[in-house]
Amino acid sequence: MATSEQTIGRSDTRGNGINLVLWAILLLFLLTAPAYIYTVFAMQLLCFALFACAFNLLLGFTGLLSFGHAAFFGAGAYLAGHAIKVWGLPPLAGILLGTAAAAVLGYVIGWLAIRRQGIYFAMITLALAQIIYFFGLQLPFTGGENGLQGIPRGHLFGFLDLNQPLVMYYFVAAVFLIGFLIIYRTIHSPFGQVLKSIRENEPRALSLGYNVTRFKLIAFIISAALSGLAGATKSVVFQFASLTDLHWQTSGEVILMTLLGGLGTIFGPVVGALTVVSLQHELSSLGSWVQVVIGAIFIVCVLVFRRGIIGELARLLKTSSM
Amino acid sequence: MDVMMRLILAQGMLGLNNGVFYAMLSLGLAVIFGMLNVVNFAHGALYMLGAFVALILSSYLGPWIGLDALHLGFWPALIIAPIVVGCFGMLIERTMLRWLYKFDPIYGLLLTFGIALVLQGLFSNYFNSAGTPYPAQPESLRGVVHLGFMVFPKYRLFAILFSIVVCFLTWFVIERTRLGATLRAGVENPELVQAFGINVPRMITLTFGFGTGLAGLAGVLAAPIYSVSPLMGANIIIVVFAVVVIGGMGSILGAITAGLALGLIEGMTKVFYAPAANTVIFFLMVIVLLIRPAGLFGRQN
Repeated sequence: MATSEQTIGRSDTRGNGINLVLWAILLLFLLTAPAYIYTVFAMQLLCFALFACAFNLLLGFTGLLSFGHAAFFGAGAYLAGHAIKVWGLPPLAGILLGTAAAAVLGYVIGWLAIRRQGIYFAMITLALAQIIYFFGLQLPFTGGENGLQGIPRGHLFGFLDLNQPLVMYYFVAAVFLIGFLIIYRTIHSPFGQVLKSIRENEPRALSLGYNVTRFKLIAFIISAALSGLAGATKSVVFQFASLTDLHWQTSGEVILMTLLGGLGTIFGPVVGALTVVSLQHELSSLGSWVQVVIGAIFIVCVLVFRRGIIGELARLLKTSSM
Repeated sequence: MDVMMRLILAQGMLGLNNGVFYAMLSLGLAVIFGMLNVVNFAHGALYMLGAFVALILSSYLGPWIGLDALHLGFWPALIIAPIVVGCFGMLIERTMLRWLYKFDPIYGLLLTFGIALVLQGLFSNYFNSAGTPYPAQPESLRGVVHLGFMVFPKYRLFAILFSIVVCFLTWFVIERTRLGATLRAGVENPELVQAFGINVPRMITLTFGFGTGLAGLAGVLAAPIYSVSPLMGANIIIVVFAVVVIGGMGSILGAITAGLALGLIEGMTKVFYAPAANTVIFFLMVIVLLIRPAGLFGRQN
């Protein structure tokens, strides 16, 4: 991985300072975003940022490339949507149910996929996610090609009306922050250190007596659950869940967000998601050219920009804690 | 022969028809992976490119260069398209992939994924994504053959036989000739082979060109059967990945056998439980992962 060139785990005062500045920027952005960007767009950004951060936990910090993360994002979206719309669950309960469903799915897919390593892992997750895609297309409750439409936003805790754009926004911001904190804590825990050791040198971690398979599986489940949380929240924001959420292109996009922002950095996926989602917005009138542009960014990133935006910034500032 | 048996055989033949494409594509992937340790995500897009080269040769090239009467038909396309796609593949290897060999193999996968998106996006801009029928199916292969249990389009039978011959020749060259021995030696120990005066980087480029050329050839063969669409590659590549996981990527014969067998099984599934036909290969992959994680023909490393 590109990050292996960096110094790891050395906490320097300069790094801490930069870290504080980034946290301040993030919190300021979360609090004030509706003042200068369209609220729905801000919510979309935060959902994808959470999705990318969850993905980064797996690729950036454990070294596992999943090419099927759309399955968790979409499963969260569809199940939360169905629970809220058909079973009449309150929004928070629906979102938690979607998250739990993605975690269970993560357990099953992760358990199967970690039997193989490296490049095979990527192909297996892609193929397994394709099964979930066809479920989304064919199961009776998913609405087939049309997806699940008209999911009501409802009231949070019974009295906060989520149809108010600002109420909805701060709810999404809170969900994002909770997810982000969970990932931050995971990375900085002893558990996270073991994950990094697996990324750097799996045989060595194994020889030190760590149950590598179990660590990988737990990381996979956390990542899947938080991806599901992002998808479930997205389905409440937009009031629909669609096949796009489950499509392999969505899996590809989340890889790009993470790669562009900086693999194995803490704030990178947020920056990457911001860049990619904004770009899609700006170029949406160009039709299929969006795909060409996304593909071209992929190529450039892989060839000359493997550290990503935050990774390059961290290198310039000579710190590892971004 | 009873009706059920006829139905099974008929779907089996149609399944075999898909199977030869799985076999050719997974064969190309296996050849490339063996030599470069790269999983070529753009393989599906190059298959699509092959079909589009055939379509362009027959319908668009003439008007573009001002010769309205020029229509290059199927047989010229069968030779030109694989060469065009193979050269394009070599260009990718020389200009981009080459720089990634020293990094983790996932970067090769991500690079080729980007290339696949670019190709798919470009063709989606200019061609109908619902598909364009290929107009130049050769006269000599029109009509049907009576196989006893069913009437089968002559062209499809030709595609099956032709692909099997190509697969067999590839296997033969790699496993039974001196050239193939050099290739395999280059995989085992590139430095040593280089010391014998063999240009290993050029060998790698040519291997990539050959593998992608196979994808282009599969594309031309597929053009008269399925409609030529910018999405045709994306739809098939994920299935082919599953085929590769089932067969194990280490073995040429494994790739061919798994491709043919899984096409057959997919066809049979249409008889017994049609809604599962889309996913049966993926479920078989799950079963193989549970029983033999290294793949049916693979070796656990």
